[in-house]
Amino acid sequence: MTPALELKNVSKTYQLRQSGGFFARTTDHLAVNNVSLTLPRNQILGLVGESGSGKTTTGMMAMRLVEPSAGQILVDGTDITALGHAALKPFRRKMQVVFQDSYSALDPMMTLAQIVAEPLHIHGLGTASEQTEQALEMLVKTGLDRSYGNRYPHELSGGQRQRVAIARALILRPQVLVADEPTSALDVSVKAQIINLLLDLQAEMGLSILFISHDLSVVRSLTDKVAVMFQGRIVEEAPTETIFTDARHPYTRSLLDAIPVLNPRERRARTFLSRVQIEAATPRLSGQDGTPELHDIAPGHRLEAIR
Amino acid sequence: MTLLNIENLTVSFPQHDGVVQAVRGVSLRVSPGESIGIVGESGSGKSVTCMAALRLLREPPSRIVADRLELGGVDMLRAGRTQLAAVRGRIAAMVFQDPMTAFDPVFTIGHQIVETIRAHRDLSKSAATTEAAALLARVEIKTPDAILNSYPHQLSGGMLQRAMIAMALSCRPQILFADEPTTALDVTIQAQILHLIKQLQAELGMALIMVTHDLGVVAETVDRVVVMYGGRVMETAPVQDIFDAPLHPYTQALMASMPGRTPGKQRLIEIAGASPNPANPPTGCPFHPRCAVADAQCAAEAPAFRALSESRAAACWRLA
Repeated sequence: MTPALELKNVSKTYQLRQSGGFFARTTDHLAVNNVSLTLPRNQILGLVGESGSGKTTTGMMAMRLVEPSAGQILVDGTDITALGHAALKPFRRKMQVVFQDSYSALDPMMTLAQIVAEPLHIHGLGTASEQTEQALEMLVKTGLDRSYGNRYPHELSGGQRQRVAIARALILRPQVLVADEPTSALDVSVKAQIINLLLDLQAEMGLSILFISHDLSVVRSLTDKVAVMFQGRIVEEAPTETIFTDARHPYTRSLLDAIPVLNPRERRARTFLSRVQIEAATPRLSGQDGTPELHDIAPGHRLEAIR
Repeated sequence: MTLLNIENLTVSFPQHDGVVQAVRGVSLRVSPGESIGIVGESGSGKSVTCMAALRLLREPPSRIVADRLELGGVDMLRAGRTQLAAVRGRIAAMVFQDPMTAFDPVFTIGHQIVETIRAHRDLSKSAATTEAAALLARVEIKTPDAILNSYPHQLSGGMLQRAMIAMALSCRPQILFADEPTTALDVTIQAQILHLIKQLQAELGMALIMVTHDLGVVAETVDRVVVMYGGRVMETAPVQDIFDAPLHPYTQALMASMPGRTPGKQRLIEIAGASPNPANPPTGCPFHPRCAVADAQCAAEAPAFRALSESRAAACWRLA
């Protein structure tokens, strides 16, 4: 079956100005370097890595919210990389996004019903009263009752605002949801609620979710597959439990090792690797030298290694 | 001897439409060298408790009332400006969540550390600079001199947090308040900073108060845990007991909702509802609207915080 979303050799280069005033030279910074990802239908793919690893840029490129410098983006098998504004619009319906900071993502001057109905309005779906009715139903689906329709974002808690953001993203019944750290700003007791909501809606609506996060504990509970980004590259990708039990790349291992223990009894000494040490420890599949590349080492398990 | 002694602390902030009671009757004792974790969600009063202990809140608007508030033997409720200045830095120091806003962007790191040292200790500028470099080396910064000459925006979050810890240690405090010191950091950097704080605490024999919402941070760093909710202390126990046998229903629910405890994609055990609004807290026990075992008594009257054994205490009618 055609994957819901596919990134093929996608890169993003930003030009950085060096200091030196008017005659300053620019240097290229490769924020995302030749990333290929497949999001199968009805699955949740976790994209993890530290800040600056390029995971958010990758997510934004998948939505065409950031233009890729190279590579292709396929939604439902159609290449949308070069589509113009008008041609892209029908595809925008198929992909939606939820951000970390739900406070700045919601217009403070609009009621929740207006916020959730806005995508329907933009795409001209239904009459105004139908749009409002659908928005209220969507609010109920995300765990807020209909009375919330007349409220404003500032009246809500962080968890409730994130529910509204999810309701707005899903009202167009998209195939793909990019969720960029949607639980990072939430309290511990509310985080579980939002994770459960995403799991329920994914199953119910047949969603495919690209879940961007630095929280590996959340990723373990929520995702089917995990891709690990390091310095703009994908260095390892595998089914979630394989990542947690049989990680091969030194960066993946250092990320896993850094997760705080779940019980004080498991306290342990850790060794911290620098970037240079991680690069130097790139796995070798044979004794030879070469450039590191992604290789399939087991079904569904890709590893950046020197062959 | 008790280093920090708080009895029945209440902190309130008057608003145009009522009073926000951020802390409602918190008692806490910390002995020299002890490490305590204060766990709670946003609005639980954990940060405000620490800010009040150091009298860092602006009064008014805030109002601090307590039966006792002593830090290093100083009565913090009656201490004047100079006495407070002597306590801050020398007896107690604080590390904040966001090192970017804690440093002044227009001065170098070195300038700010030297300024702190000289405010509290009678050292020449060059001696203080040498001391600052030694402190940066102490927090495992490999190029102290380069960092001394850097401005905050030139450093990464992890590096800035190290510099802030160095600054906090500059007057050899007896107790370090660390308020979510790793929340803004990546998981690998978090592990390094927690390791550093633990190591320094052991070496210097400092007491530590680690304020966090993250049970993992608590599991990594402290000996004793204080669980706060809705401005009150719900439970306190040695760290291993909190994880092995939490007693308070809130602590139990919090533990059960931690993601990643068992392998595999799965729904989590959630706590229904949201944290109480501090401007309009529920009557009785603040957790009763979300509690699975609450009854009419819980809604009517707040349970007293009482000892359950030599090392454990909780505020819950069900545990009486």
